[in-house]
Amino acid sequence: MGSIVSVQGVTKTYASGHQALHSVDLAIQEGEILALLGPNGAGKTTLISIICGIVNASSGSVTVAGYDIVKQFREARRLIGIVPQELTTNSFETVWDDVSFSRGLHGCKPDPALIERILKDLSLWDKKDATIMTLSGGMKRRLLIAKALSYQPRILFLDEPTAGVDVTLRKGMWETVSRLRDEGVTIILTTHYIEEAEEMADRVGVISQGRILLVEDKQVLMQKLGEKSLSIILHEPVEALPESLAHYQLERTDNGRILTYRYDGNAERTGITRLLGDVAAAGLRLKDLQTSQSSLEEIFVNLVSEAS
Amino acid sequence: MNWQAIKAIYFFEMNRTRRTILQSIISPVISTSLYFVVFGAAIGARIESVEGISYAAFIVPGLIMLSLLTQSVTNAAFGIYFPKFTGTIYEILSAPVSPWEVVLGYVGAAASKSLIIGLIILATANLFVPLEIAHPLWMMTFLVLTCISFALLGFIIGIWADNFEKLQLVPLLIITPMVFLGGSFYSISMLPPAWQTVTLFNPVVYLISGFRWSFFGLADVHVGWSVLAIAVFLVACMVAIHKIFSSGYQLKP
Ligand SMILES: Nc1ncnc2c1ncn2[C@@H]1O[C@H](COP(=O)(O)OP(=O)(O)O)[C@@H](O)[C@H]1O
Ligand SMILES: [Mg+2]
Repeated sequence: MGSIVSVQGVTKTYASGHQALHSVDLAIQEGEILALLGPNGAGKTTLISIICGIVNASSGSVTVAGYDIVKQFREARRLIGIVPQELTTNSFETVWDDVSFSRGLHGCKPDPALIERILKDLSLWDKKDATIMTLSGGMKRRLLIAKALSYQPRILFLDEPTAGVDVTLRKGMWETVSRLRDEGVTIILTTHYIEEAEEMADRVGVISQGRILLVEDKQVLMQKLGEKSLSIILHEPVEALPESLAHYQLERTDNGRILTYRYDGNAERTGITRLLGDVAAAGLRLKDLQTSQSSLEEIFVNLVSEAS
Repeated sequence: MNWQAIKAIYFFEMNRTRRTILQSIISPVISTSLYFVVFGAAIGARIESVEGISYAAFIVPGLIMLSLLTQSVTNAAFGIYFPKFTGTIYEILSAPVSPWEVVLGYVGAAASKSLIIGLIILATANLFVPLEIAHPLWMMTFLVLTCISFALLGFIIGIWADNFEKLQLVPLLIITPMVFLGGSFYSISMLPPAWQTVTLFNPVVYLISGFRWSFFGLADVHVGWSVLAIAVFLVACMVAIHKIFSSGYQLKP
């Protein structure tokens, strides 16, 4: 699997003078689901808008399946579908007409059977003759997806697809996404919900203040997620750790009042029983114990605060 | 060429017209009929004739132009302004369409619509005053060229406008006065000599004069100047649009 979208040194400074992207490099693999995770204002929408041709980059280049998005915009854009973050829909057209319009706009001949299937898949079939302004928010979101699918793009950008969507619809959205992935569509979604990235993505890219901080396999991130820590709070602080505890690589904090032990929470043997035995044998008196798990949230917060 | 896309935009716009048929077609026809009643019948009864043509007939070309210009400009301006305003322009910008294909779709639809209105008004006028058209082919040429070039102007205005006021302002404050002062209801020769000279700087004078010539065979300025004026205007609009697209002005942040 090669990279289907390649972003190289893309920067963006808006007319207001605000720099939304700082030399972003990103390679998106064919067939993957990539989640771009970052807080509001990180530059997620700006980045995908540049790839799709909605915003001009200030510098840098983007290729889609090898086609330059500026010089070969026709070839590049034929492959791309985008579902915007805001519910920017027409109002007076019918669902059917609006989806058919999108297909035509992308240079495809009419295909009523395909559009019927898409609308049925997205539970919009019974609304096909309804005017758009009579749809609920969740239906409008699905309409935007139907429009993007009407010309069968190979790459689909979903900008905060589940924002303002209730729990059942969110489940349905996830099903749609995984079905598309099974059909071989590459999917890039942006979100500021960690659970969403965790649930749906193969890889996660963390973006903050216009910089991509890391792009990592979700499994690798989950491994980090598996790390747990045990804090031993002592009655009396210790100046130096006894020799017998040296191999546990404990971390002394709070002037020696707290000893922290890190272990793999998924492992068969965590070493906690032996550690506690050795602590007691060394004559240290325990006041309290505390365990905690580093979450993706924590990893994320650490990364973001390191960057700033 | 992405013909499917041009077709999609064109029919999207024409459907919008069909949905608002009362406002977009019937209302200009009614207002023009009112002009006929007021100017043609009431006032025209006291003006015997202008250069040998009955006054009611004389104002027909000017009235058609008045509708044609305002309709072409407002339709095209609104057509491109609206998706910009609602945000649905994202779809046009991210589609495999070139800027000129977008222009063909929007301007083509706006021009078609005002052409239809122009022909309906002509038919309506014929009910009030019997008309004989001296140069039908030239009449159609003027009609079509005017629709296209002023729809292009409207397209530019729609891109330039960043609020509804600006969108309404140009047709109201520029187009309408230019048409009224461009000899829709009078012959330039009826003005004092100084004003005749001033009027020659009004581009609409050439349009109306040429259009009137195609009806009655007489004109304020030579018909060649009329053809040249409209050609220059058409090219100027196309150059402006080319500049707009190559800079991304007002369309892409
Ligand atoms: N059209 C614009 N003009 C000026 N600044 C903008 C524009 N669009 C976005 N920004 C700014 O760029 C930054 C990134 O925005 P955005 O890409 O929308 O972030 P995200 O999608 O991650 O929430 C924000 O600070 C935002 O205020
Ligand atoms: Mg966003």
